Amino acid sequence: MSGHSTYEPKTGFERWLDMRLPIIRMAQDTAINFPTPKNLNYWWTFGGILAVMLGFQIVTGIVLAMHYVPHVDHAFASVERIMRDVNYGWLIRYMHANGASMFLLAVYIHMFRNLYYGSYKAPREVLWILGCVIYLLMMATAFMGYVLPWGQMSFHGAVVITNLIGALPVIGDSITTWLWGGFAVDNPTLNRFFSLHFLLPFMIAGVVGLHIWALHVPGNNNPTGVNVKSKEDTVPFHPYYTVKDGFAIALFLILYASFVFYNPNVLGHADNYIPANPLVTPAHIVPEWYFLPFYAILRAVPNKLGGVLAMFGAIGVLFVLPWLDTSKVRSMRYRPTAKLYFFIFVVACLVLGYCGGKLPDDPVIPGLTSFTLIDADLNSFVWLSRVAALYYFAYFLVILPVLGLIETPLPVPESISAPVLSHPASTPAGAVASPEKRG
Amino acid sequence: MADTVVGDRPDPHVSGEDPSRRDFIHIAAGVAAAGAAAALAWPLIDQMNPAGDTLALASIEFDLTKVAKGQQVTVKWRGKPLFIRNRTEKEIAAAVKDDGASMRDPQPDAARHKPGKAEWLILVGTCTHLGCVPTFGGGEYGGWFCPCHGSVYDTSGRIRKGPAPLNLAVPEYAFLSDTKVKVG
Repeated sequence: MSGHSTYEPKTGFERWLDMRLPIIRMAQDTAINFPTPKNLNYWWTFGGILAVMLGFQIVTGIVLAMHYVPHVDHAFASVERIMRDVNYGWLIRYMHANGASMFLLAVYIHMFRNLYYGSYKAPREVLWILGCVIYLLMMATAFMGYVLPWGQMSFHGAVVITNLIGALPVIGDSITTWLWGGFAVDNPTLNRFFSLHFLLPFMIAGVVGLHIWALHVPGNNNPTGVNVKSKEDTVPFHPYYTVKDGFAIALFLILYASFVFYNPNVLGHADNYIPANPLVTPAHIVPEWYFLPFYAILRAVPNKLGGVLAMFGAIGVLFVLPWLDTSKVRSMRYRPTAKLYFFIFVVACLVLGYCGGKLPDDPVIPGLTSFTLIDADLNSFVWLSRVAALYYFAYFLVILPVLGLIETPLPVPESISAPVLSHPASTPAGAVASPEKRG
Repeated sequence: MADTVVGDRPDPHVSGEDPSRRDFIHIAAGVAAAGAAAALAWPLIDQMNPAGDTLALASIEFDLTKVAKGQQVTVKWRGKPLFIRNRTEKEIAAAVKDDGASMRDPQPDAARHKPGKAEWLILVGTCTHLGCVPTFGGGEYGGWFCPCHGSVYDTSGRIRKGPAPLNLAVPEYAFLSDTKVKVG
């Protein structure tokens, strides 16, 4: 789909520039004429939404950096000054803080869409891995950004997360000290987190460039998962998807604005409006909502190093996903069994997120007494997390590898246009039997 | 000078058989550049380690008369909380009684305080799991309870339950007099 440019310079200036810097050609080929499958649904609009959110975060972030003071004695007060005294500071900070949540929300939807439609499968493995890299960078950026206001949750969140690295044998403590720049989370830590929080979004933007490049080599996957066979199957990106993406972006911005203007603190934690105090840990320390599933996995394992490895493993397993899934059918539209396991996986992720926000030893069913098994009561959020975490890993390491070998998928359409132009029932029965389409 | 006959002597680079001075220069230049890059990388990495003024953090002295029997005072030491606990006879007895109990990080109570000063327990107040500050008197052993992930410490600061791998750390300290300690 890529490589063949259809751009023809029209004016003399365009011809002159095209010989020297073919930038208009690049824009035309990637955002205007780019042949896109004609059946993309609204789950495909989140890429555009993410690009917009990255833009919002960079612009509001640069503005905040003009007023923020990265020092333990002034950080909290400077954020309050932004909220109270800087012109429209409240708006810019609320946009930035809620923008992070919206960005992560969109990326999770983008990732679940990918899992459902098998977009990570050949030939899009590199595209998927670059996406995982972006996700990792986003998490690092979000974590360091949350530390900057230097409230109680900022401080103790930073303590807990940096201490995770201390779980590594032998080198753990030296790395933690190196990260802190001292013997505890303190001013040197705050300074470097500010510096890196400023840098990482630009690295994200760079990897997004590679991500789009890697997208434009094989082209978009689509809801059928069937390769584009002819020109019949595609439409030019503009105006078809600029308009569709634009509409979805507008809807998403309404959701974003409803948080910024009507409930700007609902996703945050009240304790972060208390200045950091290294001597007192808040009674209930929780990360931001987008880290809760991983936090639940961390707490599910009754061993420090084991918990840390499980948490990082939960992200690491995503990188090898293209080689774990043995099914050659991309879209779960034609994999009824896989579809069932996928929806259980979504529920498991939500359950993990719910457990991550609860006190580990609290009972799931109030009033029900049970017995203790492996260091925790069976009727506790620890055990619910364990069950959900087990399913999380089983989905990637057992279900997807095995299911691809044993399931019988439904008939896959011959082309993207086929199911539209003819009734699905009229699809030749032989389509199932063809070996390249069976799992 | 320029009148070399072509084909008279084959260029050693084409065959790749005869290492020449030019190969040596290529390798030497490459190694020098790699060495320079590594030498420059180290300062860029090491700058993140604790700076001189951070390392020079002085030790602190503390007046023990400020701590009532059965109470604890928390002071800041090297950026971390330091627990100074004046234990009751009952708490000491409970700790000694459990010396033989099965523990993750076994240590007798006598190894947790200075000889003859069983009432004074001085500990680094960060949970050995992920660094939260455990709350005084919490948990079923009456020692400390970490609110973050539920680690339970006894009245000797030993880990008894929960995810933390080690006992609360005992810092380096000395009694200057009966009522004064120097930590660090």
